[in-house]
Amino acid sequence: MREMIVSELSQALHELARGFAHYLPRLIVMLILAFVGWLIAYAVKVVVRSILRLIKFDKFSENTGASQLLSKAALPTAAEVLSRFVFWVTWLGFILLGVSVLGILGLQEQVGRFFIFLPRLFVAMFILFFGLLAASFFSRAALLAAVNANMRSARIVSMAVRTVIVVFVFSVVFEELGIAEQTMLVAFGIAFGALMLGLAIAFGIGGRNLAQRFLEERFVRGRKEENEDELSPL
Amino acid sequence: MSRASHAELKLEDETFLTDDFLRQLINVGEVDILVGLPTHNNAKTVGSVVDAIRIGILRSFPRERAVIINADGGSRDGTPGLITGMSIYDARPASNLHALRTLHSISTTYSNGTSGGGALRTILAAAELLRAKACIVMSPESAKTQPEWISNLAAPIYREGFDLVAPTYRRHKFDGLLMTNLLYPMIRALYGLRLREPYMPEFGFSSRIGSQFLGGNGWSDRNGTGTELRFTLAAIKGGSRICQAFLGEKDHTERRAADLVPALRQTVGPLFSAMEADFPVWSTVTGSNSIPTIGSDHELMLDPIRVNRKRLREMFATGVAELESVFHLILSSSTLAELQRLARLDDEAFHYPAELWVKTIYEFAAAYQKSVINRDHIVQALAPLFRGRAVTFLIENRSASASEVEVNIEALCVEFERLKPYLMQMWKSRE
Repeated sequence: MREMIVSELSQALHELARGFAHYLPRLIVMLILAFVGWLIAYAVKVVVRSILRLIKFDKFSENTGASQLLSKAALPTAAEVLSRFVFWVTWLGFILLGVSVLGILGLQEQVGRFFIFLPRLFVAMFILFFGLLAASFFSRAALLAAVNANMRSARIVSMAVRTVIVVFVFSVVFEELGIAEQTMLVAFGIAFGALMLGLAIAFGIGGRNLAQRFLEERFVRGRKEENEDELSPL
Repeated sequence: MSRASHAELKLEDETFLTDDFLRQLINVGEVDILVGLPTHNNAKTVGSVVDAIRIGILRSFPRERAVIINADGGSRDGTPGLITGMSIYDARPASNLHALRTLHSISTTYSNGTSGGGALRTILAAAELLRAKACIVMSPESAKTQPEWISNLAAPIYREGFDLVAPTYRRHKFDGLLMTNLLYPMIRALYGLRLREPYMPEFGFSSRIGSQFLGGNGWSDRNGTGTELRFTLAAIKGGSRICQAFLGEKDHTERRAADLVPALRQTVGPLFSAMEADFPVWSTVTGSNSIPTIGSDHELMLDPIRVNRKRLREMFATGVAELESVFHLILSSSTLAELQRLARLDDEAFHYPAELWVKTIYEFAAAYQKSVINRDHIVQALAPLFRGRAVTFLIENRSASASEVEVNIEALCVEFERLKPYLMQMWKSRE
C-alpha cells in the first residue's frame, strides 16, 4: 500500500516535471517574444511619433476637429494617441504570438481572429480620421458660404452638415468593425431621416421667406439690380 | 527660321490649341499687333468693343499687320460669330479711315471651361506663334471702350519698348474698394511699385513677357482663377519695364468679378499664393517707387451714390461672431479681440482703423502661407472683414473731395509699407 502511494506520487511528480520541462521552453519563448515585441513596439512607436511630428499631424488633426474631441476626453495629442495605439497593437501582436507558442487549445483560435481583425481595425481608423476631416472641411465650407450669403443661421447649417457626416462616418466605422451592424444601420437611418425631415419642415415653415428671396434673386431677372446697393469691389 | 518651320516647331508644344485654330493662325502669318479678346456670352457688349478695336487699329496702326484673336469660353449667344462676322470695312464709313492691310479676326473655343486662364493661355500661345510685337487684351464687357485705348495700350510696347502697360481709369471714389484698400497698397508695399490697377481687365504686353509667362510652370495646376493678377506679378518679379496708361471711365456695368467672394478668389488668393514663391523678391523691398504713367494715374468721380452701410456693417458683425472658430486659426488673439470689440460697436462709433486692417491682411497672408486651414476657406473668411473695412472707408470719405480721398488712400498705402516688418515677423514666426 505504502509502496503504491510512493509509486503514484513519484509518477505524478515525474509527469509534472515532464510537463513543466515540456512547457518551460515554450514559456521562455513566449517571454522572449514578449520582451522582443516590447522593444520592437517601442521602436515603432518612436518612429511613428517622429514621422507624425515631422508631417505636423497634430495640426492636421486640429483641422479635422479630432484634437478637440481628444482634449475633451482628457487624452493626449492625436500624434501621441496614434503612436501609443501602434505600440499597443504591435506589442499585443507579439504577446499573442507568444501565447500561441504555448499551444493552449482554444487560445490559438482567438489569436488567429485577432490577426484577421487587425486590418479591419486599421481601415476603420482610416475611415474615422478622413471622415472627421471631411466633416470639418464641409462644415466650415458651409459656414463660410452661409455667412457670405448673409444667412442668419449660418452656424446651425454648419453644425447640421457636420452632424450628418459624423453620424454617417461612425455608422460606416462600426459596420467595418462588425460591431452592432444592424443596430447602427437602423440608428443611422432613423437619425438621418429625422434630421432631413426636421430640416425640411424647418425650411418649409421657418425659411419660407428666405427660400422665396433666394429663388427670386436666383431666377427673377432684374431683382438683384433693384436691390444692388453694394459696390463693385474691383 | 521661316514662318512655316517656326509654326511647326511650336505645334508640338501648343497641343491645347485646336487644329482649326492653328490652321487659321498659319494663314495669318506674322503680325505686329495682336488684340486678344476673351469672351463668354458677351453678345450685348462685344460689338461696340470690336468696333472700338478696329477703329483704334485703323487710326493708330494703319500700316501694321494686326489680328484680333477671340478666345471664347463656349458662348451660347453667338458672341464668336459677331466678332468674326464683322468686317474691317464696317469701321470705315464712321471713321473715314482706310486700312492698308487686312485685319484678321479669328475665333476659337478654349478647352477648360470659362476660366480666364484658358483664354489668356490661348491668346499668349497665338501671340507667340504669330510673333506679335505688341499684344493687348481687351475686356469684352466694357461698353465704354474707346478707340484710343488701343493706341494707349499698344504704343508704349510697340514704339517705346515697354513690357507691360497697365491701365488707369476714371472711377467713382467708392468703386473698386478692394483695389484701393487691399490690392494696390499691398502690392505696392510688397513689390515697391505704385501700380494703381494691378488687376487689369485691359492691358498691353510685349511678346517677351508673354512667352515667359506661357513657358512658365503651373498651367495644369491653375484653374484659371486670377491668371491676370499672376501675369502682372510675374512681370513685376521678372523686372520687366512697366508703365501705366490712362484709358478713361471704367464702366460700372462691368461686373465680371462684381461679387465679393469671386473677386477675392481672383485677386487675393493669387496674391497670397504668389507671395510664397516671391518671398526672396518682396522680403528685400523697402518703400515704393512710382512708375512711368501716360496721362493721369487716377481720376475720381464724386457724384453721390446709394450705399447701404448699415447692411455692410451688420454683415461684418455677423461674420466676426459666426466665424470665430475660423478666425481663431487665422488671426492672432489680439487682432481677433480687437475685431470682436469693433463688431459690438454701433453705426456711429464704428471705425476699422488702417493699422488693424493692415495687420488683419498680413495675418491672413501668413495663415495662407502656413495653410492653417484650406486656403480657399482663408480667402472666403476675409469677405466679412473686408466689408467692415469698406464701411470705414465709406464713412471716412463720405464728403471728401478727390484729393482728400487720394490722401486717405496714400495714408493706407504708407501704413501697409510701415507695417511690412510685422508681415515678415508673422511670416517667419508663425507655426
